[in-house]
This record gives sequence, structure tokens and C-alpha cells, in this order.
Amino acid sequence: MPTWLKTFIGAIVAIVLLLVFNAMLSRDGFFGIGIDDYNGRLLAFIAINIILATSLNLINGFTGQFSIGHAGFMAVGAYSSAALTVYYGKSLESAFAFLGETGAQAAVLIVAIILGAIVAALAGLLVGIPSLRLKGDYLAIVTLGFAEIIRIVILNIDSVGGATGLTVPGYANFFWVGLFAILTVVIVHNIVKSDMGRALVSIREDELAAEAMGVNTTRYKVIAFVISSAFAGIGGVLFAHYNRFLSTNDFGFIRSFEIIIMIVLGGMGSMTGAILGAIIVTILPELLRQLPDIQIGATVFKFADLRLVIFALVLILTMILRPQGILGTMEIGGLFKRFRREPRMDKNTGGLK
Amino acid sequence: MDTFVQQLINGLTIGSIYALIALGYTMVYGILRFINFAHGDIYMIGAYTGFVLATSLGFAMNPSIFAFGVTLLGSMAIAAAIGMAIERFAYRPVRRYSRMTTLITAIGMSLFIENLFVVIFSGTPRAFPQLLQNDIYPLFGNAAISSSQLLIFVISIALMVLLQYIVFYTKIGKAMRAVSFNINSAKLMGINTDFIIAFTFALGSALAAAGGVLTSQYNPQINPLMGIIIGLKAFVAAVLGGIGNIPGAVLGGLIIGLAETFVVGYGQNIGIPSTYRDAVAFSILILVLLFRPAGILGSNVQEKV
Repeated sequence: MPTWLKTFIGAIVAIVLLLVFNAMLSRDGFFGIGIDDYNGRLLAFIAINIILATSLNLINGFTGQFSIGHAGFMAVGAYSSAALTVYYGKSLESAFAFLGETGAQAAVLIVAIILGAIVAALAGLLVGIPSLRLKGDYLAIVTLGFAEIIRIVILNIDSVGGATGLTVPGYANFFWVGLFAILTVVIVHNIVKSDMGRALVSIREDELAAEAMGVNTTRYKVIAFVISSAFAGIGGVLFAHYNRFLSTNDFGFIRSFEIIIMIVLGGMGSMTGAILGAIIVTILPELLRQLPDIQIGATVFKFADLRLVIFALVLILTMILRPQGILGTMEIGGLFKRFRREPRMDKNTGGLK
Repeated sequence: MDTFVQQLINGLTIGSIYALIALGYTMVYGILRFINFAHGDIYMIGAYTGFVLATSLGFAMNPSIFAFGVTLLGSMAIAAAIGMAIERFAYRPVRRYSRMTTLITAIGMSLFIENLFVVIFSGTPRAFPQLLQNDIYPLFGNAAISSSQLLIFVISIALMVLLQYIVFYTKIGKAMRAVSFNINSAKLMGINTDFIIAFTFALGSALAAAGGVLTSQYNPQINPLMGIIIGLKAFVAAVLGGIGNIPGAVLGGLIIGLAETFVVGYGQNIGIPSTYRDAVAFSILILVLLFRPAGILGSNVQEKV
């Protein structure tokens, strides 16, 4: 089967599945099978987190640069697009009225996504150019600092709600969130498999050696950072228009750390690992919430309160016992290759076993 | 002029606290090249152990120098033990892995401590008992210095002098400097590097805890998340002064403290609202990293291939 046909069939299947899910989430359900609101929200947040984790994985996992300010770029995307839809949403809708009501809303969402992505990419460029000259820990702190500055600046802009928060029109439904999650995964996957991806991985493995081989490391790092920020912005736009409410508290460093935890848990430098991590980090706290309370003496410990403690412990133990994360740099698909009967290379001699 | 002097005093007060915490960051970084993200939380632990000691020993009822001394030394000792435990059980096992792994472990440790304290003490702020009479001494005009501010100056200067003595005039200090210079060579010279690292954590944690207790005398509201922002700012102070450099950390802490207070005090005049207070430290950090990544007192290190 030619590649374009595979891609085409894949796209059709994905869109049909998304439409089915979207129908299941609606009030009537899909032929009587429905998903309740709680699980529906959970699914949408998994999709948003997949966007965030996959995009951060591009810079942290594949390029080996440690950025811990992803929530900042998410906030830029969320707030810039929300400013558009809150103030100009209605007039844009009437401009797109020829597409019908649903079509017009979709068109406004896409405009918002493009705007959010561009503004976040610009913010990424602004942060990336100076800070990517720095290495390791410094980059981490600068990105964290920038994210915090962005948050404080937004907090002081009254027209986007400031400290009280901002109510945003709910243009995004599960279909759009899921569609962009799939698009993000496909695009990042293709970047990683391209020449550029090779350059990024070479930077991760050894920056000096990569430089010596003629890879323009700063250029590639900045490009990767800008792309990563743009997708974080898209994640922010979808979050804003799905959640329908924005508060700067949603974009603090806890949020950035959450995204880090996703990719670390799943395995940095693994596409499927980031997706797995996004799913675990979204679902695990919800599962822990449902566990019964424990009583020690007179005090009752609610699992709902303990869940963040357990979460942190899981993170520390993962680092101690399996620092490469669940999958390491492997992909889930790669796990099955193990069971195939293939000639294996002897690690010691380099010959066949 | 009055306000200027007052801002100067307030800035130096908060700056001394930053400096105390920054010392822990800088020492650990100097030895392990590792940002101990949980260090700000040790400061919080210091404040809470002080709170538990002061309330359980009944010091809240009869404040005295003795009560304050016991609380301060007690919480420094407990925090030092906790700092060593964190190093032993969380950081030592990941020390041989990549720097990213250790950094994430530290982030995990920070989240763990914060949330554990939220579970134990609940997220609502507690009022730290006043252990010393808080007198206000007028200087001139409207400027005044309170006894808690004086206390912060005196104790932090004393602790910094003590630290300087330990690092530069004792055998263990010499070992610390050796480990920071080159950990492998230090090991070959017969230095018990594991012990030195544990000692460094204990020292840094004790200083942070002292910062915690001192702050609570100045600003008696304590809560489990109080260490996050102040920890980050103290780290910025350490980078500003030149990370790994002890006098640099003190200098950086004072600069950040002053810059912040002056932005709050005079920012409106040049169009910066006081709500930007928390952004000051990070803006300074970014400027420093752009123009002098080694920090004010740091020296440039050429990367070896």
C-alpha cells in the first residue's frame, strides 16, 4: 500500500472515531451509548495533556534541553486567543456566517488556534534565543522564571480578567481537542523522523560532537523550542475554549511540573511514552480520589488529600528505580519487536548470535 | 529620605533571609552541580518545626530570649536532620544518573514535602507565636527599625560569619572545598565524600531553617507553600552572586531583597505597579544570565572536551 493511501485511510479512521466519540459525549449519545460529563472532561483533558506532553518532549526528550516553563507558553496561547474570542468572537462568527452556525464556530476556533500558536511561538522565540545559549540547569531556571513573569504580567492585565479570571466562549468540543492531539502527535513524530529530528537527537546525545559534525546547534535548538512553544500555545487555546474559564492559577509552575512529570514518567524521548505519561498523570489522581479513606488513630486521612503526596512519591521512586521512565527512549510498537524472531547482534563481538 | 532609609532597612531584612537560603543552594550546587529544588521547602519546614516547638513547649505564653533560642536551634537541628535524610534517601541513589534525573527527583521531593505538609497541617496559614517582644526603635524622621528586623540582621550575620569560619578555617571546610573542586580527586585523597555531601546538606538546611524561624518573627503567617517562591528567589540570588560562591550568595540575596523592596516602594513613580514584585527577581535573573552568566563574583569556567 502506498504511503499516501495509508495516511489517507488513517486520517479518515481518526476523524470517524473522533466524531463517534464526540457523539457519545453529546446529550443523546451515539446510538444509545454515551459517556458521562465527568469521563468526557477527563478524555478531553487527556487529549490536551497529550498535546502539551508531546510538544514538551520535542525539546526535553529529543533535544535534551531542560525547559520547565511550558505552562507559560500555554498561558500565552490561552490568553491571547481568549482575548480574541471574548472581544471579537461574535463579530467573527457573523463574518463566517455563510458556513452555518457550527461551521462559523469551528472557523472562529481555528482562527483562535492559529493566533494562539503564532503568539506562543513568538514568545518562544523571545525566550529561546537568549536562553538556549545557556546549558542544562540555567535553561531550566530561565524558562521557569519566564513562565512566572508571563503569569504575573497576565495577572496584571485587567482586560483579560486579571485575578478574577476570564469566562471564555466554549468553541472547542472533544472533536477539536482530539483532532489537534492527533495532529500534534503526527507532526512531532514526523519532525523527529526528519533530518531535523536527527539533528535534535545528535544535540541531545552530545552537543559538542554535533557542533563538530556541522550541526548548527543553536539554530536547531531555537527552532525546536519555537515549535514546542507553538504547540503549547495550541494546547492553551484548546484548554481555554474547552474549559470555558481561565485563571492564572491554572498556569503556575505546578502545571509546568505536571507536564514534566508526564514525559519523565512515560520516558523522555519516546513519543508513545509521552502519550502514556499524559494518560497516567491525568487519570491517576482521579483514581486515587476514589479510594477509601484511611484512619490512623483519631485522624482520618482522605485519599483525595493524599493523592498529590502519592503522586510525588511515584515520581521520586520512578527516578530512583527507573530513571529512564516507563518506556525510556523506546516506543510501545518497539516492545513487540522483541518477540519477533530476528537475528540478534551480540553486544560483545558485534557479530550474529 | 525617611522612606528611602525605611525601604533600605526593609530591603536588607528580606535580603538577609534570601541570603541565608541562597547559601544552601550555592553550597549544594558547588559540590554536586545540582539545584536542590526542595531547598525552599526546607525553609518552610524550619518555620513549621519552629511553630510546633514553640507551641508544644508553651513558649507562646511566655516569650523570652531563651524561648527564641531554643526554638531557633531546635528547628535548625531538626531541619539539618531532615536535609540529610532527603539527601540519603532521595538524592544519593540518583546521583550517578544524568543531571536531568537528579533535577526531577528534586522537583518530586519538593512536591512531596509541600503536599505532605498540606496533609499534616492543612493548607490554611498558621500564626507563628511572637517569641520576642517586638519593639520599634525610631531612627530619624519616620524611619524606624523593629527588634525583629535587628534580630534578623544580627543572627544572619552571625550565621554567615560562622559558615565562613567552617568553610575556610576548619578541616571539614577544607574537605568541602576539595569536594567542590573535584569530587573524584577528593575521593582519591581519602576524603569521605558521602559524608561531606551529607554535611553540606545539613549545613544548608540549618541555615534555611534559621531563615524560616527568623521570617516568622517578622511576618508571622506561615503556610506549607511559603517556600516555593522564596526558594526560587533565593536560587536567583545564588545565580546572581555567582553560583558556588559563598560571599556571592549573600551579595545576591541582599541585591534581590533591595531591588524588590524598591520596586514596591518606588515602582509606581516609573509605571511599575507593586504587584510586579515577584517578577523582579526573575527579570534580574534573565538579565544576569544574558550578560554575565557566571554571576557577579563567579569566574568563567571553560568547558573541557
